[in-house]
Amino acid sequence: MSRRIHFTVDGQSVEADDGQSIMEACDAAGIYIPRLCDAEALVPQGSCRVCVVKLNGHTVAACTQPAEDRAHIESDTHEIRSYRRDLVRMLFHEGNHLCPVCEASGQCELQAMAYRLGISQDAPYPYLQPVRPLDASHPDIALDTNRCILCGRCIRASRDVDGKHLFEYVGRGIHKRIGISAATLAETDATIDDYAFSAGVCPVGCIIRKHEGYEVPIDERRFNKQVIGSRIEAKLLDDNEEEA
Amino acid sequence: MSARRKRIATTSLAGCFGCHMSLLDLDEHLFDLLAKVDFDRSPLNDKKTFTRRCDIGLIEGGCCNEENVRVLREFREHCDVLVAVGQCAITGGVPVMRNSIMHAEDPLRECLEVAYNASKTVQNPQNLIPNDPVLPLLLDKVYTCAQVVKVDYQIPGCPPSAEVFRIALDALIHGAPPQLDHALIRYD
Ligand code: SF4
Ligand code: SF4
Repeated sequence: MSRRIHFTVDGQSVEADDGQSIMEACDAAGIYIPRLCDAEALVPQGSCRVCVVKLNGHTVAACTQPAEDRAHIESDTHEIRSYRRDLVRMLFHEGNHLCPVCEASGQCELQAMAYRLGISQDAPYPYLQPVRPLDASHPDIALDTNRCILCGRCIRASRDVDGKHLFEYVGRGIHKRIGISAATLAETDATIDDYAFSAGVCPVGCIIRKHEGYEVPIDERRFNKQVIGSRIEAKLLDDNEEEA
Repeated sequence: MSARRKRIATTSLAGCFGCHMSLLDLDEHLFDLLAKVDFDRSPLNDKKTFTRRCDIGLIEGGCCNEENVRVLREFREHCDVLVAVGQCAITGGVPVMRNSIMHAEDPLRECLEVAYNASKTVQNPQNLIPNDPVLPLLLDKVYTCAQVVKVDYQIPGCPPSAEVFRIALDALIHGAPPQLDHALIRYD
């Protein structure tokens, strides 16, 4: 059995196994740290930075940073909440997020995060309104990249779980986007049963499972009923499970 | 001294009037509201012009034509506090989807062609595109309210529910920002 370590999060003491990430340890303790690029069953990559915390005064990504014995971690402070709000706002302004016409509305983690973080007023950023492609070539799956937040969850799911390498990052900086392994999705060996296309992988409305749209009506969806993170706070651990 | 009754003006620009309908969903709370405020220029009373300066201007919809821009500027000029109401006013909403063709050779023509001719569900044998002089000219693309004038606050929702209107208007009438509790924030 690995060594137990102890640290504090906003003054609350947390016990963890040596080697656990800050996020894993906090999840187990019922302390929710907001996140978008991290998901159950995927290797954490620390790219969205929404899980930013301060470890002994230095900002780190909680999903990749190992917890340290006797560390002081700040998470739910005014400063950190502002960072998270700004990161989430920038994602809304960088893509084309028109929630009223999005099939993911109500079960989208980006939207739910904005709700949780209390984002109701305008941000000092322009809407970039990028022109991005829609790929509806596949009979069962569509990709509307207007809503992609580059979390890379589809990349890791396809590579590590399905062993297919359907997705990869292409380009850099503001030109970075998700590329697929052929000209269109229909020309890849993607199937609707791939883990990469299962409900909990794409956090937003970019990967769309066809023929299932609006099966659950708006208002009765997951985040219409529960705040994102509430299952972890209730120590039910896997935040991706629907409430029974 | 009792506080002066607040004056509210409202308008619908490139919106669907859903936000105004939701405002009417206040039902019996409309009586409480009308006890505290007077409506100036608004489609609710059909007043087409401002009779005096207003405290609060509520804008539904963004700007898709020159008339929208003119009306929005008049509202900015006549209202102390201007509020973008609903997703169309805030993000452009459904109309802003046409901005995704803004880099096309001739985006406006393409948009009108699809809307009036090319679409499978349209029957228009003479290929007419409305061009009556009374129709306001379309803009090159759709603009959010904040891209055209300074906007002070926003009330999200598509439309914001009557409850959200009630809480937000109550704050605005008392001179406070329409801050919403996270359980009330909705973008759909
Ligand atoms: S992906 Fe999420 S945030 Fe983006 S439009 Fe859809 S529901 Fe809204
Ligand atoms: S398609 Fe979805 S899962 Fe893949 S990077 Fe974009 S937002 Fe993430």
